Amino acid sequence: MTAVPTPNRAPQATARAWNIAGLAVTAVIAALWLTPLLWAVDTALKPESETTRIPVTWWADDFTFEAFRKVFTESDLVRWFLNSTVVAAGVTVLVLLTASMAAYGFSRTNFRGRRALLAVVVAGIMVPPQVLVVPLFREMLGLGLVDTYWAMILPQVAAPAMVFILKKFFDGLPRELEEAARVDGASPWRLYWQVVLPLSRPVLAAVGIFTFILTWNNFFWPFLAVSDPDLMTIPVGLATIQSSYGLRYAQIMASAVLGGLPLLVAYVFFQRDIIRSVAHTGLSGT
Amino acid sequence: MATITTRATAAVPVTGTRPPLWRRIPIGLLFVLPFLLFYAAFLIWPTLSAFGLSFFNESLTGTRGEPAGLRNWTEMLGDSAMWSALGNTLYFTLLSTPPLVLVGLVMALLTNRVMPLRWLWRLSFFMPFLLPASVMALIWIWIYQPGFGLLNAGLTAIGLPEAGWLSDPSLAMVSVVIATLWWTAGFNFLLYLAALQQIPEHLYEAASIDGAGWWHRLWSITLPLLKRTTGLVIVLQLLASLRIFDQVYLIYNGSGGPGFSARPVLEYVYDTAFTSFRFGYASAISSFFFVLIVVVSVTQLKLFPSRREDER
Repeated sequence: MTAVPTPNRAPQATARAWNIAGLAVTAVIAALWLTPLLWAVDTALKPESETTRIPVTWWADDFTFEAFRKVFTESDLVRWFLNSTVVAAGVTVLVLLTASMAAYGFSRTNFRGRRALLAVVVAGIMVPPQVLVVPLFREMLGLGLVDTYWAMILPQVAAPAMVFILKKFFDGLPRELEEAARVDGASPWRLYWQVVLPLSRPVLAAVGIFTFILTWNNFFWPFLAVSDPDLMTIPVGLATIQSSYGLRYAQIMASAVLGGLPLLVAYVFFQRDIIRSVAHTGLSGT
Repeated sequence: MATITTRATAAVPVTGTRPPLWRRIPIGLLFVLPFLLFYAAFLIWPTLSAFGLSFFNESLTGTRGEPAGLRNWTEMLGDSAMWSALGNTLYFTLLSTPPLVLVGLVMALLTNRVMPLRWLWRLSFFMPFLLPASVMALIWIWIYQPGFGLLNAGLTAIGLPEAGWLSDPSLAMVSVVIATLWWTAGFNFLLYLAALQQIPEHLYEAASIDGAGWWHRLWSITLPLLKRTTGLVIVLQLLASLRIFDQVYLIYNGSGGPGFSARPVLEYVYDTAFTSFRFGYASAISSFFFVLIVVVSVTQLKLFPSRREDER
């Protein structure tokens, strides 16, 4: 009994040393990573006159919410927030519906040309949407959709990676339940809607969350598709404030902080789901 | 009785005629159709039309311009601005990929161990990824300012000279890489973290019984098992880095950096299309770049086949 701890003591001591060292390194990286955000918040809480003072200090003589108040009263941030919500929610709903239907068709039905179509869809995962902006913009001009919500929403619904992820999940679902429902005379539509979809909640949540984050933060396409300030999303609207605010850094940082806030708040509430979604869809999709 | 029945059954096909066209579409195709409409309109058509447009002298008006034959393509091959933009894109890709992958890996290795405040570390590493590119750009423009910028203030505080993060052509892209590292390392961190959690605990237990230390277990168990994930993370990062546009456009407010020193190829496409209004020429450059990206993707499929091969 007494002899047992002795050979273990040395490794335990090294393990503790490693743990402390690991914790220290982690804390340093975390501090580096938090600094830019904290600095943005700090600047936003300073009066404009103090933001450009040298030597630079974290501690302002008098902290104030003035910059935040001005952003709320003078800018269109609330409007951009609503636009972002409309676009991201619209894309997410349409992606979930069309991609899950297509995935069901590919996974559970058979028709002529199914495999060829699936191959075409999978090949599309390789197409980088950023490269398509010129023809896409011309197409939107032709359809008369430039400067509408539709111009921002519709192109982002074509997400072949999501079809692929959902199809893979459907392929792995046991078929017994569907067989039972089919014997009872259920139509393919009811099998999809009342059997397969309810069984697929986790993967639907993952795809939905990932799509929402990507769409919410998408800059390039909405920036091209819309020039009407009333239709701008948060990323597009924030891109214009640098020129309109000039050197009012407290106000610029207040807008930046508020613009980033919605997803950060969502993260605090849905941490687990967001992490699972990004890790899962990120690896198999993008 | 028997004859009547036969007559009745025989009559069915006559009265029933052929079902209407929409009835004859296989049900599976109906399921796939809504997605296919979006896919054809907003992915396949733009891809084909980019190639098509590259053979015309298109302008913004949307009316079909004059056929240009191969002129856009030959002009592009001799266009030094295009080559320097392509060079910038490759430079950014080579400069950003190693730190983005390594930092993500180190973050995951550190936080996957049992340690206090895990939620805090995860939050700090991943949070920047959730910010829109514009927010990231605004924060870093502010940090990179001369004099009262946080970074230069830090440099002077420890006795180093200030650097022209946004004005020095040789630093212009480095500044974008640092900002991008901060912004998206958290994504690779999550991918690695997910992979680490799949490694069965008993492997480590067996190694601990043999007296293997943390460092030893890292090199003999963890890293070898992460090989596949690393391959995938590298390819995803290469593809993401090659598409660089947002950060440079937003940090340099569309100017392409001092002397275009940071303008990536996608921003050159944007400038050609929406400043010079040469849609045909811009399409030629996009198509050329598109082929380049597909080559990288196909190489990936060849190197890491198992993930996407399981379509039946």
